[in-house]
Amino acid sequence: MTAIEVPTAVPTPAMKTSLMRRLVRRPVSLASLIFLILVVAIAVVGRWIAPFDPNVASLKLVLATPSAAHPLGADSAGRDVLSRLLAATQITLAAALVAVVTALVIGVISGLIAGYYRGWFDSVASWITSLVMALPGMVVLLAARTVLGPSVWLAMFIFGILLAPAYYRLVYAAVTGVRGELYVDAARVSGLSDLRIIGRHILSVVRAPIIIQSAIITGIAIAIQSGLEFLGLGDMSVPTWGGMLNDGFANIYKQPLLMVWPSLAIALTAIALTLLANGMRDVLERTTVVRRRRRRAVTTATGSIAAVTTSLSLSGGDLDALEDSAELPVIGDTIVHPDDERTGALDAAPILTISDLRVGYQQTQGEDIEVVHGVSLQIRKGEVHGLIGESGSGKTQTAFAVLGLLPRGGQVTAGSIDFEGTQLADASERAYAGIRGKRIGYIPQEPMSNLDPSFTIGYQLVEPLRAHLGLSKKEATDKALALLDRVGIPNPKRTFEAYPFEVSGGMAQRVLIAGAVSTDPDLIIADEPTTALDVTVQAEVLDLLRDLQRERQMAMLLVTHNFGVVADLCDRVTVMQQGLFIEQGPVRTILRSPSHAYTQSLLDAILDEGPARGPLITAGSAAVAAEGGRS
Amino acid sequence: MLMFIVRRVLAGIVLLAVISIVTFGLLFLDSANIARRILGQNATDELVAQKSAELGLDRPLAVQYWDWLTSALTGDLGRSWFNGQLVSVSLSGRLSVSLSLVIGATLISAVLAIVLGVLAARRGGWVDALVQFISVIGFAIPGFLIALYLVLIFAINLHWFKATGYIPITDSFGGWLTSVTLPIVALSIGAIAAVAQQVRGSVIDAMSRDYVRTLRARGLSSGSVVYKHVLRNAGGPALAVLAVQFIGLLGGAVIVEQVFALPGMGQLTVTATTQGDIPVVMGVVIAFALIVLIVNLVIDLAQAALNPKVRLS
Repeated sequence: MTAIEVPTAVPTPAMKTSLMRRLVRRPVSLASLIFLILVVAIAVVGRWIAPFDPNVASLKLVLATPSAAHPLGADSAGRDVLSRLLAATQITLAAALVAVVTALVIGVISGLIAGYYRGWFDSVASWITSLVMALPGMVVLLAARTVLGPSVWLAMFIFGILLAPAYYRLVYAAVTGVRGELYVDAARVSGLSDLRIIGRHILSVVRAPIIIQSAIITGIAIAIQSGLEFLGLGDMSVPTWGGMLNDGFANIYKQPLLMVWPSLAIALTAIALTLLANGMRDVLERTTVVRRRRRRAVTTATGSIAAVTTSLSLSGGDLDALEDSAELPVIGDTIVHPDDERTGALDAAPILTISDLRVGYQQTQGEDIEVVHGVSLQIRKGEVHGLIGESGSGKTQTAFAVLGLLPRGGQVTAGSIDFEGTQLADASERAYAGIRGKRIGYIPQEPMSNLDPSFTIGYQLVEPLRAHLGLSKKEATDKALALLDRVGIPNPKRTFEAYPFEVSGGMAQRVLIAGAVSTDPDLIIADEPTTALDVTVQAEVLDLLRDLQRERQMAMLLVTHNFGVVADLCDRVTVMQQGLFIEQGPVRTILRSPSHAYTQSLLDAILDEGPARGPLITAGSAAVAAEGGRS
Repeated sequence: MLMFIVRRVLAGIVLLAVISIVTFGLLFLDSANIARRILGQNATDELVAQKSAELGLDRPLAVQYWDWLTSALTGDLGRSWFNGQLVSVSLSGRLSVSLSLVIGATLISAVLAIVLGVLAARRGGWVDALVQFISVIGFAIPGFLIALYLVLIFAINLHWFKATGYIPITDSFGGWLTSVTLPIVALSIGAIAAVAQQVRGSVIDAMSRDYVRTLRARGLSSGSVVYKHVLRNAGGPALAVLAVQFIGLLGGAVIVEQVFALPGMGQLTVTATTQGDIPVVMGVVIAFALIVLIVNLVIDLAQAALNPKVRLS
């Protein structure tokens, strides 16, 4: 067993090069790698390049200070420290390798079997894992030494068994994640043997994490092994880093330098291994993060462009949609229709005025991405204003900009947001005090994820009430119960005491609506409040919103992609496409005679008797059509 | 909730029973040669047989275990083969030393890790980079190396602390503090690094949740959102890491006690190991396992207190 056998844990060249190439571009990782290669090289040839026999003692040299012949001095027995350090590298590394290989073999194989076949082996293995992890490794090693004697190899073999759960858990998690995937099913149906499926589809997934884990585990093995030897429980006949440390510590008053060399060797190797593992993880995560975010972007396709932009910015590719819109010529003014008799009857005083608003996302590399390209909108007191557009058109970004809650990296880059005289564009937290959550309420899209699972529903209603209205706990509780009753929750007391995961999605949305209106706000921002609900519940929630709005005379900005909701609830509507407002006006006017071709196509998409949907009209061609329509 | 505790306690008892059987089996497996090892290679066969009979090693393993178990349940873990002291007495005398170190290190790690982790997650930028860097280094360097250099710098060169020895808290609180400060610092650094990393990750994760945006939209201050809602949701994973670190700290204490010459469990273990004092080793293993199980139970209860899903399922 020598250090040359390291390659057993190293993956195939193809994968290694891609990871390696990205790794060596990072200076810290490169330095760690070079240092470790040096250590391995010393482990291989150290014995032969040592200037003296590491075990020959000389009385004349006892605790000698560094000199030309002995650059690192000599130890308490008069042995050359440099030679011992070089020779010790081999034994220390080889012993650590015993632990890593033992852990790797046991952990990976049992993890594969338990994860792939499940059944009794799974339960037994998981139980043994918790058994092994219930004792400190050092104590087990000491107990084992009582019986087995001071062999570093046996100790490291046992330590390998103790470390196996680290690999077991990794492989187990990966296998259970992968075995349900369709391509694994497909491979099974097509008659591939289990062994080949494991080899081809599963090992390829866990290979990189295993390498990272191995780097960390090697560091731990070196630390524990040195610890044992430092305690004087190792095999004193062979030179090891820990053994040298023991000698150095024993002579700490006479020759403190003796302690420095082995501790430097241990510390630098451990740090290099950890830094390398961290570097590898960073490189890997950068790729997996993109994959994961992309998936998230798809699942939230109903609205949030933030997910899309972050994924795009990381992946670098397929920026089509956004780049197209960024390069578009600014299309003149939004088509604004005059008031009809119904909207003319509304109070003319605006509650919210958005002028020429632009929202951008900072990028770590390259230019910022702009997602809202200068839009203007006025919401009057008591008006329900619909903001409609397809996924990724920027409607949610506009809404979050008003609330000052843009996701990390996002900010208002230009324009103004005037809420009854207060400027909210890119405003500080202080500017929002007394406005957000008090005078502007927010109803989110997805009810379940918008309630904190760790607190009761009642607590989450009472907390803002007490903060904003200065109510006592009793008063706030009574008000919250009354609100729950008002939003149509059958047993308010029970829901008040329940946790979010104990109620249905429809109930949770009613709770969120109750929370949003609890402080009697003047403006409600509702971000697709019914999208995530069942069709039957949708109608009930819309009814509730309408009733509450009339009862309290609140203005509302209703973000949606559904013209049915707009027709049902809104007074006026703004149509948004690719970060621009393209048409704005009373709901009836726009429903009856839309001017913009894109509005037309959106309407066609919901009207049963409308003509068959044509190809999606982009802003460019739509603008041309609109120009034609107006002239 | 009660069922949850009962289940955990039962699982712990089973685990403890299995650990005792496995350890006993391994330690006494070679019982034919144990007496010879004690007496030395030159002892006559009669002497060895006599010693074996005296220690009860000539009986079947199962009988020996049953004997040990029934006494252990009454609190009697046998006597040391070398100094004849009751194992339970040696253990209880040393437990306070080791627990001082480990509990002190755990508390300090938890507090500092939360502070550093939250700071890194909220501030980002260079603060984050610095915390991350310190964590990596703190995680990588073995605790006993840190202990050695603390002794070299603060005890031997600066004389701020005593290099060795232990003063019981009952004798003098100040004295106790000076005797445990360096060992606790040495033990804590690795645990702080590991837990701070986890806190940072969980806080970043929790802060990106929808409900955090909604809570902020309700006008709650960001401090209240972070320290009440984010931290509570981030607490579960951080506690799990702390539990693992606690086990690591028990092992680390074995070496750190040697460095500072503290009369704790670690020192007892090392002495018993070198002598081959099997009853003491057996007692030490059971004591460590019991501590780990109790701590895991406490952590489970804390998890249940933090997370209603754990409590209610």
